[in-house]
Amino acid sequence: MVELTARDEAMARGELGGARALAMRIIVRMADATGAGRLIDIGSAHIDSCLYHGDAGLDFAERLASRGDTVVVPTTLNVSSLDLLHPQLFRGDPHLATRARRLMQAYVAMGAQPTWTCAPYQTVRPGFGDHIAWAESNAIVFANSVLGARTDRYGDFIDICAALTGRVPEAGLHLDENRRGGAVFDIRALPARLLAADILYPVLGHLVGRATGTRVPVIVGLPADVPEDGLKALGAAAASSGGVGMFHAVGRTPEAPTLEAALGGATPTLEVAVDLEMLREARNVLSTGVDEPLTAVSVGTPHFSVAEFAALVELFAARRTAVDFYVNTSRDVLARAAAIGLVEPLRLAGVEVVTDTCTYITPILRDPGGLVMTNSGKWAYYAPGNLGVTVAFGSLEDCVESAVAGRVTRDERVWS
Amino acid sequence: MNSRVLLAGRARGSVLVLDEPLSIWGGLDPTTGEIIDQRHPQAGAVVSGRVLVMPTGRGSSSSSSVLAESIRLGTAPAAIVLSAPDDIVLLGAMVAEELYGTTCPVVVADAETYATLRELTVVEVTESGIHIG
Repeated sequence: MVELTARDEAMARGELGGARALAMRIIVRMADATGAGRLIDIGSAHIDSCLYHGDAGLDFAERLASRGDTVVVPTTLNVSSLDLLHPQLFRGDPHLATRARRLMQAYVAMGAQPTWTCAPYQTVRPGFGDHIAWAESNAIVFANSVLGARTDRYGDFIDICAALTGRVPEAGLHLDENRRGGAVFDIRALPARLLAADILYPVLGHLVGRATGTRVPVIVGLPADVPEDGLKALGAAAASSGGVGMFHAVGRTPEAPTLEAALGGATPTLEVAVDLEMLREARNVLSTGVDEPLTAVSVGTPHFSVAEFAALVELFAARRTAVDFYVNTSRDVLARAAAIGLVEPLRLAGVEVVTDTCTYITPILRDPGGLVMTNSGKWAYYAPGNLGVTVAFGSLEDCVESAVAGRVTRDERVWS
Repeated sequence: MNSRVLLAGRARGSVLVLDEPLSIWGGLDPTTGEIIDQRHPQAGAVVSGRVLVMPTGRGSSSSSSVLAESIRLGTAPAAIVLSAPDDIVLLGAMVAEELYGTTCPVVVADAETYATLRELTVVEVTESGIHIG
């Protein structure tokens, strides 16, 4: 049984509010199931439960919110089903929209910040070694790997329980022994032109996620100057194709100054020498079709950063898209990008900006049966099942060139 | 049979063994109980009322919500037997029990028991674990 402090017990008895009592009861049951010895304090929470999946999630949120208790740590909110800034983009059932909006309101009523983003790390930055409770698989992998903060792989329901109590079981990726690498992926033999290409990251992430199993993967050979957006794309793809909650990139991520440090003295149980052929295969799996007429392009999964806005403006070079072109981002990043003049050129190019949600989880696309191009491994992984679309996968540059041409065109040189 | 109870309850049903982990979000339609992940070996199977035997869960953290919704709608398995503990499955079942008083027991079977389940047609789950029915 987990050891509780006097305050934990007071919470469980309901002395600090009815919602907190329910939340603590769930945290304690989870701790007992995972064998955690005690609970630890967290510095922040990120909530995934604000995305509507049916009335069970709404019933839970409204039951908690009805007691009037509020979160005890800074708490951000993940994407929801609706774009509140651009509500006209929603093409779904109005009944669903009403329920989704009630769910969003319940979480805001509990004191969470209406950030509505899957990339909270683009707005708030936990420190190295901080214990946090983040849900949303790409945010988890970014916080653990790139920031060196510590969160286990939290999901719906326990996220708000952690935010209301400020406590989580001491288990999983909060503990040193579970953060050590167990599988090594050596990419040093790849051609230099591929190592320098942004498309490497989602494809490598997809490959790593599939192969690593329950081990923490260690990547050897990523350039030391990989931009954060590359690590974001890699982690998001790995957390989609597999259950990855953390990776190490030797020489780039903070807990992996060396391979030895990343492995923490242990011997890896899987070693993969990644070659061009393996990556080509992973890249091919991410497309379900490339020859049909192109109906749309969607980028920004995880949410577009300011740097990606700048890159997109440059790639469009004052040309216009011939198909629907969606950029998913947060309202915070949108405001910052707009303030430095990066949004107006995209509007002139015909680009539609989506905030607060994402095109693969809610009805926004005009033709959900068509061929859609993306540069996101995560979007490519989930959209065919969620929406019924056919996906063509390419780099950001491929996406822009295809959008302008009105048909899929991909630069094959990096793959030869 | 050796098993560890994560969420205690009583259930009896015919066994449905999944050959691969299932992401319940995107993989299970809570309105019908059907496995809709077209890449899954058991795509098309209906989990409702069955004792669902599967390796640990996979993928999205939204799966807890979808499992809870499936329990709310009465399309969920009668019980879930896993080969390793899975927080996401347990949370979905736990919250549905808190909200609706309906229990979908969750049990972890040891390797030998897990292998045996493949050969059984009906299994009973009680507060103490798995029993051959």
